[in-house]
Amino acid sequence: MSEFLKQTVGRRAVLGAGLTGVSMLAMPSILRAQDKSLKVGVYGGYFKDSFDKNIFPEFTKATGIAVEAVAEPTGEAWLVQLEQAAKAGQAPADVSMMSQVSMLKGQATELWAPLDMAKIPNGANLIDRFVNKYPDGRVAGIGAVSWYITLVTNTDVYKEAPTSWAAFWDPANADKLGLLALVSNSFLLEVTAKTYFGGTNALDTEEGIQKAFDKLAEVKPNVRLWYRDEAQFEQALKSGEIPMGQYYHDVTGLAAADGNPVRSTFPKEGGIQDSGCWALSRASEKVEEAHVFIDYMSQPGIQAILSRKVGTSPTVKRDLIDLTDEEFAAVSSDIEPIIPRYDLYQTKSDWLNQKWTELIVG
Amino acid sequence: MRREAPQRFGDYAPLFFPATMLIVFFVIPFATMIAVSFFQRQQGGFYVPAFEFSNYQRFLSLFFANVLGFSLMLAVAVAICCVLLAVPFTYLLTRMARKVQIVWLVALLSVLSLSEVIIGFAWSTLFSRTAGITNLLVMAGIMSEAKALLPSFGAVLTGMVYQAFPYTVLVLYPALVRLDPTLTEAARTLGASPIKAFFTVVVPALRNTITATLIMVFIFALGSYLLPQLLGRPQHWTLSVLITDQAIYQSNMPFAAAMAVFLVLVTLGLVGLTILAGRKGEAA
Repeated sequence: MSEFLKQTVGRRAVLGAGLTGVSMLAMPSILRAQDKSLKVGVYGGYFKDSFDKNIFPEFTKATGIAVEAVAEPTGEAWLVQLEQAAKAGQAPADVSMMSQVSMLKGQATELWAPLDMAKIPNGANLIDRFVNKYPDGRVAGIGAVSWYITLVTNTDVYKEAPTSWAAFWDPANADKLGLLALVSNSFLLEVTAKTYFGGTNALDTEEGIQKAFDKLAEVKPNVRLWYRDEAQFEQALKSGEIPMGQYYHDVTGLAAADGNPVRSTFPKEGGIQDSGCWALSRASEKVEEAHVFIDYMSQPGIQAILSRKVGTSPTVKRDLIDLTDEEFAAVSSDIEPIIPRYDLYQTKSDWLNQKWTELIVG
Repeated sequence: MRREAPQRFGDYAPLFFPATMLIVFFVIPFATMIAVSFFQRQQGGFYVPAFEFSNYQRFLSLFFANVLGFSLMLAVAVAICCVLLAVPFTYLLTRMARKVQIVWLVALLSVLSLSEVIIGFAWSTLFSRTAGITNLLVMAGIMSEAKALLPSFGAVLTGMVYQAFPYTVLVLYPALVRLDPTLTEAARTLGASPIKAFFTVVVPALRNTITATLIMVFIFALGSYLLPQLLGRPQHWTLSVLITDQAIYQSNMPFAAAMAVFLVLVTLGLVGLTILAGRKGEAA
């Protein structure tokens, strides 16, 4: 082996290979510079299909900017990819739809290019909490869509819709629940705090969180499935195999519209409202186009289309949108929502994750 | 045919391609993983280069010891089940007509073309209460009402054995085909029953092959992370599931890397022990 190492591959060969590699990497940027375009990351599957069909063609027609949709994975995998790429000066997508926890984590490394609100006049339409800001006030992201996680049931098994999250704790529901498997996407600590301890402020202290964990441990015997994969639970809910659980309000509504025996209920404590932001990678060179895109997406008219076609809840103020009461009720609720404590998943993420894993695995 | 030992640099040429592939796709990523396992985790961010042992420290707890223990136990159980099923199966297969063998091998190979996801979802349907095999038993009058067979340890084990079985057969097949049939014939002539001949002649003659197969299936099963999630309860989740959680959902690469390095070390250690024990057994 040492003999073999001494016999170096020619220096020119190395240089040649390097040059070829670099020029191959540089190619996309040469191609990109040719026309006005923007790479937009949206969650893959149903979400991306809806955007490709209902939103992007109209945007290109209105602005002349071609959109290349990039299917991004859920969870933080996309954040990791964007981060690694940005370190190398690359942007796999210019603008991406990011979850709130990802927004905060990206802020910590200055991943998001600050947005200039002067170039986004429609940003004024947004509900305040959907404008994501750096601690010093720069705007990191603009609310794209929001959605609810609600209490879902199979209508064949449960003739009456449950009214409260407390149904999860009911011993009658032993081995019947399907719940999300991660502390940072199930938001069950917030649900526990709102249902039993008066609100999510109960999670301000570690003692408070511990109390919520202890209460949550009582749910464990009722849980049949802790799911990471949505399809797994959706199928089981439709068939009645796992007749109750937490799931996305929009997808459940679509499944019910297709004739499946499922229903989504906003419990009296409120549904869990989560949202995605449009955020611009600092490695992107399409700053102008990105602002045009974000401004376009913040129009009340576009938000209404999203609600009707994709089933998401609007991020702009209700009175600006021409949704009928019925249409609004289909995607949202007037019951005060449970807003996840995103701050906890940044400041205490490892501790929470460890406690959570021990709770469900142990 | 005799081959000469390589004399000149050029004689090593055929090795360049595999060696490059091995370095680019195995050595470099693995070295990166080891390096990252010592990096410092930035909570709420990513990681910064450093040299510290905190990721390994976090892993050294009763909780993770239990998970690791379960993962190893599950992989051993899968390996043993696969070999117990596959040795007699493959032995009988090699005695069959050539045409029948081909049909079986093609069928087994086609199982290999199924992804873990498809296998997982197929078994979760088969084991379900609403559409599963218990409904057939109810129809046959054996059971009074259909019930769900998952999530359970048995379901995880079944799924993983199903997935690993074709590999096991394919590894055993060449050795069994080459097994000299006169050995069994001699045993039969000396008065052994077919079963006795199988256990006293075929199995000992294949001892090394069987050990190698056990190790291969063990390592194959250790990496499984989807089937335990689809078919088991959280207590049946393997270490690989928790590694995925850390890497993908918590973006805690240093901790995920530390767990992976630890898993690799334990695996190598166990494999080494098995080989050592095998050598000692031979020497005795």
